[in-house]
Amino acid sequence: MSTSTVLDTGPSTVPGRTPRAAPSRGAGYRAIRPYVLALAGFVVAALFALPYLVMLLDALRPSGDVLATPPTLFPRTWQWNTFGTILSDERFLHWLKSSLIVAATSTVIVLVIAVPAAYFTARHQFRGRTIFLLIVLMTQMFSPTALVVGLYREFFELNLVNTYLSLILTNTAFNLAFAIWILQGFFSSIPREIEEAAQLDGCSRIATLWRVMLPLTLPGLVTTVTFTFIAAWNEYVVALTLIQDDARKPLTVGISSYVTGYQQSWDQLFAASLIAIVPVVILFAAIEKHLVGGLTAGAVK
Amino acid sequence: MSSAPGGGAGAADTAAPAPPRGNRPPVAAGSGRTNVRSFAALPWLGPALVLIAAVVFYPAVELVRASTSDYSITGLRKGSAGLENYVKVLAHPDLGTVLVNTVVWVVAVLALSLVLSLGLAQLLSKEFFGRRVVRWAVIIPWAASLVITARLFTLLLDYNYGIVNRFLLAVGIRDTPIDFLGDDRWTMPSMIAVGVFVTLPFTTYVLLAGLKAIPSDVYEAARVDGASPWQAYSRITLPLLRPSLLVASVLNIIYVFNSFPIVYTLNDRNPGFAHDTTITFMYKLAFKSADKSVGMSAAAGIANVLLILAVVLVYLRVSRWKETAD
Repeated sequence: MSTSTVLDTGPSTVPGRTPRAAPSRGAGYRAIRPYVLALAGFVVAALFALPYLVMLLDALRPSGDVLATPPTLFPRTWQWNTFGTILSDERFLHWLKSSLIVAATSTVIVLVIAVPAAYFTARHQFRGRTIFLLIVLMTQMFSPTALVVGLYREFFELNLVNTYLSLILTNTAFNLAFAIWILQGFFSSIPREIEEAAQLDGCSRIATLWRVMLPLTLPGLVTTVTFTFIAAWNEYVVALTLIQDDARKPLTVGISSYVTGYQQSWDQLFAASLIAIVPVVILFAAIEKHLVGGLTAGAVK
Repeated sequence: MSSAPGGGAGAADTAAPAPPRGNRPPVAAGSGRTNVRSFAALPWLGPALVLIAAVVFYPAVELVRASTSDYSITGLRKGSAGLENYVKVLAHPDLGTVLVNTVVWVVAVLALSLVLSLGLAQLLSKEFFGRRVVRWAVIIPWAASLVITARLFTLLLDYNYGIVNRFLLAVGIRDTPIDFLGDDRWTMPSMIAVGVFVTLPFTTYVLLAGLKAIPSDVYEAARVDGASPWQAYSRITLPLLRPSLLVASVLNIIYVFNSFPIVYTLNDRNPGFAHDTTITFMYKLAFKSADKSVGMSAAAGIANVLLILAVVLVYLRVSRWKETAD
């Protein structure tokens, strides 16, 4: 945390301490610096959060009020039960269930497949290692969006259109690359001696991986889990194309039906959206500290 | 957790001359690897390879096959079409517009995001009151699904009901509302603004990670040598931030190029292809346009994949990825 702080020496207006050879503007600036930074921070936070606050305010008023001119920031009439309505809406609960099943299963499978692959490539030299890493890197460049027609044809032939399995397979495959890269970086950074010591003590290779390596790569695992879960939770195009059965749609696709040409329930759309956003923001905020370390180790080659 | 990936900072410098921070090149630590035969790797890599082959490469093959096939309007394959689909895509009257849109969209979102993120990362790396809350707020557009954010902005930017226009009128910047999503002059700038908004968090966090990896004693030395803050920034921070800038750029090129929900949603009410990028163009060819042509869409999809591969390779070449990585 503190290592990143650069030229500043904290609030340096302590009396008796002469700021050495600072130009006069610098000295004045140093005194107000904490306030300037906090103010800038506040403005930034407001800019990023404001659209979503408007979303909350629009969720708490009847849809007719959202579509009234002139628009107002605050509701003319408050409608407190929107969230209650949404949470007891059977369709919404179906979509929520789909999202949870798809995102959670994809995340687990990504971990189960990526951890051994990343560990092995980090620790062993073999013919085809470079090719394997190249293949992984290439999948990073393919996006499900670009391949959506091909994916549709494949799942259509396999009779998997309209199934959770099709979404799980897609999300798993397209998130593997990132997971393997991140974890590979983490495994490589752990000194070999630690592992050898464990093996001398009679640990099998799997046991070493499980009991020694995984705990040491916890930040990498946390980053991987979060990224995969969020990518799967927010995936849109493939679900839009593959799932036509209303009950099996995930949230991203399902909630669009609150505002269509026929029905304009902006309040419900936004309440449902917020229910979809809040868990992810909390998840992200909880790992915010790991996020900085996690991105350097794996992503920064 | 900041120093965790680095393996306890300087303690690990026994064997390989590993860089002390977390951003070591994974390939460079070669001496720590044991040689094994290829088949020994199979149980460890097998599942990943099978999945990638089945769900990434096979659809790519299907896409190629579809691009050379003739489909009925209901999606049944009628036979081979040779290269006809490619010819039709290349001859499409809107192709030029779509390509220009794509270049403008990717370049503008990438450039603006990088510049703004450099400032944001600098701010967020400083200690100040309330920093945690500010960092959380910056995360929100990253955590929110792009469709949701796009949907939200269709309302915020609406001609009649949008709070943005209301604000512009109230402050007196404008006398009449702006049709952000309908007026041809405003549609692309509006999409770019929303694109930048959702790209900033990820970019900022990558750069923040990069800033954190710069040892503070470098700055100490620069200060002793009498460097001004601007000199320190341009001569130390920016060069040392290069690997992070590269990663942020490459990943963002891929993300922004492939970005579907924003362009698709914000541009929803406009007919035709006047504001489409290659990705939404491809989607509309198959599912929305009058043609409903799976074959043409597949051909456009192949072009997309090749295009992004070429762009990334050229970018890596130009920015000499190798040099920074080794």
